[in-house]
Amino acid sequence: MNEQTGLSRRDVLKLAGSAVLGAAIPGVSLADEWQFKLPELPYAEDALEPYIDARTMGIHHGKHHAGYTNKLNAAIEGTDLAGMSIEDILGNLDLAPEDIRVTVRNNGGGYANHSLFWQIMSPDGGGEPEGDLADAIERDFGGFADFKTAFSAAAGSVFGSGWAWLAADDGALSISKTPNQDTPLMNGRTPILGIDVWEHAYYLHYQNRRADYIAAFFNVINWQRVGELYAGA
Amino acid sequence: MAFELPSLPYAEDALEPHIDARTMGIHHGKHHAAYTSNLNAAIEGTALDGMSIEAILADLNAVPEDIRTAVRNNGGGYANHNLFWQIIGPNGGGEPSGALADAINSAFGSFGDFQSAFSAAAATRFGSGWAWLVTDGGAVSVTSTPNQDTPLMDGGVPILGIDVWEHAYYLNYQNRRPDYIAAFFNVINWDKVAELYAAAG
Repeated sequence: MNEQTGLSRRDVLKLAGSAVLGAAIPGVSLADEWQFKLPELPYAEDALEPYIDARTMGIHHGKHHAGYTNKLNAAIEGTDLAGMSIEDILGNLDLAPEDIRVTVRNNGGGYANHSLFWQIMSPDGGGEPEGDLADAIERDFGGFADFKTAFSAAAGSVFGSGWAWLAADDGALSISKTPNQDTPLMNGRTPILGIDVWEHAYYLHYQNRRADYIAAFFNVINWQRVGELYAGA
Repeated sequence: MAFELPSLPYAEDALEPHIDARTMGIHHGKHHAAYTSNLNAAIEGTALDGMSIEAILADLNAVPEDIRTAVRNNGGGYANHNLFWQIIGPNGGGEPSGALADAINSAFGSFGDFQSAFSAAAATRFGSGWAWLVTDGGAVSVTSTPNQDTPLMDGGVPILGIDVWEHAYYLNYQNRRPDYIAAFFNVINWDKVAELYAAAG
């Protein structure tokens, strides 16, 4: 409990998720107490123009990703999950108490997926991977063009909200898609590239033209970062 | 006989400021149109050609396996939006009366309690989907479905539905889904909902 306010951290986190902001509660600095913190965008909101517009980036990061982060923190506060890494939490959802499992799945997935998403894009992105990752793509898909076709088809065929992924498992690459905020981490694989195909990721700029968004996404992929994630996996 | 995209029963800007004209135009002319054409393409030349959409969706197990997902998604999208345009309108809002009001009071206690339950179902549907007021044998209940699934798939009759795919509200409301849900109550065509309730017997 916070000595000045009589509120537990969980109470405060719940308040933070509502319209009542922590600034109104003396002696409580929310950002310092949250286990999971909303990462800053590694570039300006308008840095990915014209492929992804600044308004979409601002709302996507500052509202959607922030919302997942707040709700994740509120859900795990005071449970056995507090202190675990997000990868461990999502890789072992059956360990999550049943009354918060869906909340952790949805918001923990949203937290992790977007934390990855900002990293694997860049204003200096586009082009093709090099080195070991290029070799693995050649080996597992027959070449970059075939990979691009398969990844785009996966992203284009997610019905409703979800993601398409390039994931690594013991060095082998695979393309998959997940509904909502589910992630390959839930199946023991490491996502190294993902495209968000929730409509909130593209609707302000592309509306129903998801295929145009997917094509544009290839112009902002940070292949250097994806290569690092492949090496790290 | 192919399914046809119904015309909007009012102008695209008729639901302003609650639902904006641009959203209505794209929602109807692009999204609903695509579900319709994808549904027609899926069932062309199959035994489903000529069946009603309600009969198709109520018995998806009878749909050939290679087109079942396409029919579920696009047939659901076709039917759901057909209903959606009917149960909203420029002279909407207020509260139902007559037998529908009695059924709502019986199931939820009051219109306000119904509104709370329906709004909560719409707000908590994670990802894309719909929240519904459904009748089954005269009783009414609130439920929600993912993506373009419909209560028809479980034998219920939807008489009111709110589309909570982001495409239904994002241009005007962005991440503020609760504001869209609140605004939706200003355009509900309760006369039409009551007709659907009466017809469902």
